[in-house]
Amino acid sequence: MAMSDRLLPLSHAPKRATSETLLTRILLIGIAGLFLGTILFLPLLTVFVEATRKGWTPILESFQDPDTRSAIRLTLLVAAIAVPVNAVIGLAASWAIAKFEFRGKNLLLTLIDLPFSISPVISGVVYVLLFGAHGWLGPWLSSHGIEIIFAVPGIVLATILVTFPFVARELIPLMQSQGTSEEEAALTLGASGWYTFFRVMLPNVKWALLYGVLLCNARAMGEFGAVSVVSGHIRGLTNTMPLQIEILYNEYNFVGAFAVAALLAALALLTLVAKSALEWMFAGELAACRRH
Amino acid sequence: MDSLPSSLRQPSVIPGFGLALGLTLAALSLIVLIPLAALVLRAASIGPQAFLEVALESRTLAALRLSFGTALAAAVINSVFGLLIAWVLVRYRFPGRRIIDSAVDLPFALPTAVAGIAMTAIYAPNGPIGAIAQSMGFKVAYTPVGITIALIFIGLPFVVRTVQPVLEEVEQDIEEAAALLGASRARTVFQVVLPHVYPALLTGFALAFARGVGEYGSVIFIAGNIPEVSEIAPLLIVIKLEEFDYGGATVIATVMLVISFAMLFVINALQSWSRAKHGNV
Repeated sequence: MAMSDRLLPLSHAPKRATSETLLTRILLIGIAGLFLGTILFLPLLTVFVEATRKGWTPILESFQDPDTRSAIRLTLLVAAIAVPVNAVIGLAASWAIAKFEFRGKNLLLTLIDLPFSISPVISGVVYVLLFGAHGWLGPWLSSHGIEIIFAVPGIVLATILVTFPFVARELIPLMQSQGTSEEEAALTLGASGWYTFFRVMLPNVKWALLYGVLLCNARAMGEFGAVSVVSGHIRGLTNTMPLQIEILYNEYNFVGAFAVAALLAALALLTLVAKSALEWMFAGELAACRRH
Repeated sequence: MDSLPSSLRQPSVIPGFGLALGLTLAALSLIVLIPLAALVLRAASIGPQAFLEVALESRTLAALRLSFGTALAAAVINSVFGLLIAWVLVRYRFPGRRIIDSAVDLPFALPTAVAGIAMTAIYAPNGPIGAIAQSMGFKVAYTPVGITIALIFIGLPFVVRTVQPVLEEVEQDIEEAAALLGASRARTVFQVVLPHVYPALLTGFALAFARGVGEYGSVIFIAGNIPEVSEIAPLLIVIKLEEFDYGGATVIATVMLVISFAMLFVINALQSWSRAKHGNV
């Protein structure tokens, strides 16, 4: 047996009928790699190359710029408000949708997903039409000294709108697949509603919640179109990091623009690493989110 | 809310329905629905003649044609390469596969403005690829081609992530059966395996297309924004707003919104069709 095995030339190795030839496989992997390299990796690489083109000193200097610093602060502030708000709404929406049967559920699901199919620019425009100087409530607001458009509240609102579905759509499929038996058991044993929510339901979905929060945060910090419409681009006051990139870029301050861009790209890479780590470690507890 | 008539929801021992649904509906109305209603009301108050005048302006039509045309081209290209990438990731084992799998989500994580200036640096006439294109006699950045490339970047994960899980679930039995019955490998792949994936591929195509039509941040840098040549519809909305032409902005936004809703409807229909089809397998 061993002899005849050794005598078989390599080309006689049994060819599997359910796979492609080695050459085809290498070719397909090559095409996929080339496409991803050009479309995904090259832009990412370019951000860091352009940022460090003139060495490290100009980068550090550009982060001393008070306008850039205030843009970083504003981005952190907006995300710190928008992400928790959406996490709470997402938890409420998934509790209602996954744990109860009621009429109009599918309509509600569609409406929650709505912001995904609206252009970010339109998400900004609707607030300008509502709260802007020529908007429906604009005159009333300005007579009461409340500023929403071209101010921080407008930026926060637009960001919440754009990131509205992120947490909910991670939680809903998972909670639907988990059913209601654990909650019912807890309630039957005398646990209160809030106890059941925090000690029974929440531990079951904590990784999916974190996953949704990660994606929500990445989008909240990076949102450009919606924020650009409502911000008014007031330097040092209403510029977020992505808007600061645009301003620096249009002033031909490429090093400054790419320095801020590199900071956001590093954040994006961190997000991807954390997201992949969650997917690898808790695949079972996230399984639902890869199947929608 | 807990006193909702029982016909609206089935009885349950779990508490908090009223609170959870109430909070959801309140947030949804205040943040999403009322602002969108303001847009629709504003559009309705313009009057049909003035509405059509803006909607049929040559600059508006050119912008809409550009946005939908480039988004369509990018979605088609993404469907081909997205399917290929999903196939490679699901079927083959090779070094670096997990990293590539994670990297597919980069466009979801990378802010659009960052991607926009990076791609402009690559494809501008003095950039690495732009220079090669220039020497061959054509321009990429500041033309519809550049816009299409930006939209390919933005739309790719939608196709890959929609196709991948479906491809993972295709049973290898059917391939063995096809091979035993004498089908060539190419025929097995194209006539036996891929038909299972086409509904998901269509959904991914629609998602990438919808996202591309509305995309703004990654496009405006590479587009050059020349009216009637490389000016996308979302940018035209922003320009109208900056000119305080709220009516014009409303009209274009409404036209885009109506088309987006139509596409949302198609996506939902495709998903239920795909689910029904898979239920039968």
